[in-house]
Amino acid sequence: MTRRLLFLLPLASLALMAGFLAWSLMAGRDPAAIGSVMVGRPAPRLDLRALRDGDKPLTDALLRSGKPVIVNFFASWCTPCLAEHPLFTRLAQRDGAVIVGIAWKNKPEEARAWLAKLGDPYLYAGLDFDGKTGLDWGLSGVPETYLIDGTGIVRYHFRGPVTEKDVTDVIIPFLKAKQ
Amino acid sequence: MIAPAIPDRVGRRWVALAMAVLMLATSPSVAVEPSEMLKDPALEARARAIGQALRCVVCQNQSIDDSAAEVARDMRRAVRERLAAGDSNNQVFDYMVARYGDYVLLKPPFKAGTLLLWLGAPLVLLVASAAILVAVRQRRVAAPPPPLSERERERLRSLLGG
Repeated sequence: MTRRLLFLLPLASLALMAGFLAWSLMAGRDPAAIGSVMVGRPAPRLDLRALRDGDKPLTDALLRSGKPVIVNFFASWCTPCLAEHPLFTRLAQRDGAVIVGIAWKNKPEEARAWLAKLGDPYLYAGLDFDGKTGLDWGLSGVPETYLIDGTGIVRYHFRGPVTEKDVTDVIIPFLKAKQ
Repeated sequence: MIAPAIPDRVGRRWVALAMAVLMLATSPSVAVEPSEMLKDPALEARARAIGQALRCVVCQNQSIDDSAAEVARDMRRAVRERLAAGDSNNQVFDYMVARYGDYVLLKPPFKAGTLLLWLGAPLVLLVASAAILVAVRQRRVAAPPPPLSERERERLRSLLGG
């Protein structure tokens, strides 16, 4: 009897494997997701020259003002940035969000021209020309967006463009909760 | 007389050998550009060893040394800056893990969350070996068959034509 059960062992292992693979496919598990180690930790160093002429440089103090801050890395050469841009414009105008924009690996005159054309939602705008600040922030590319609470702790990290759903489900509640 | 299009057996062997040598002689392609390299060859060698073990965060299964992605270039530069500043190899790895998490390591660390990953295969081997050992022992110890009955002996004799 036990011998006969033994013959079912390969079949059982096959079923187990099939189950795991099916779960991987159905549950939306993404092995390519980088995740973020920044969430729950104090925001990394911020020390950048201003993108716009006449502005003051960007420092850590901006992220510890007691108010929640959105930090958005963008570039004029980045197409997904174009897609999410109207959402930030609306967040700034309608919801009064404090948004820090950081032009990543972008020529300053090109980033400025891009903002002049599309509208500038950034209360503060900095330039990370060589990508060093991006590396400190664990950036993998643009666009990426961080939500930082009033005490300077990173609460959310979006990789890729922010969507309408992200705005209504996460960003607006985040801004309201901390104000 | 026309020369044969396909070389003879010996000639073919030489071609195969030449191809093998050529393949082995070419170094694997790396994305590290000469302008990025450190002047100190010992430091540069360490930077390469580290670069081979760090994963480019936007290209799945490629090391930062193999990738031409922007972020991979930044990471190579950061590795060299840290080494030039006197960091040990482990400090450089920690620097990257602090920014990108364990994801950045091509060789996953040994810790609670990866126990099954590291010990799963040896465990299966161990269990299977034990099972085989037990099965073989049981077979050896199996009792000898009972002696033939008178009836069986009779039948055997008739079958053998005795």
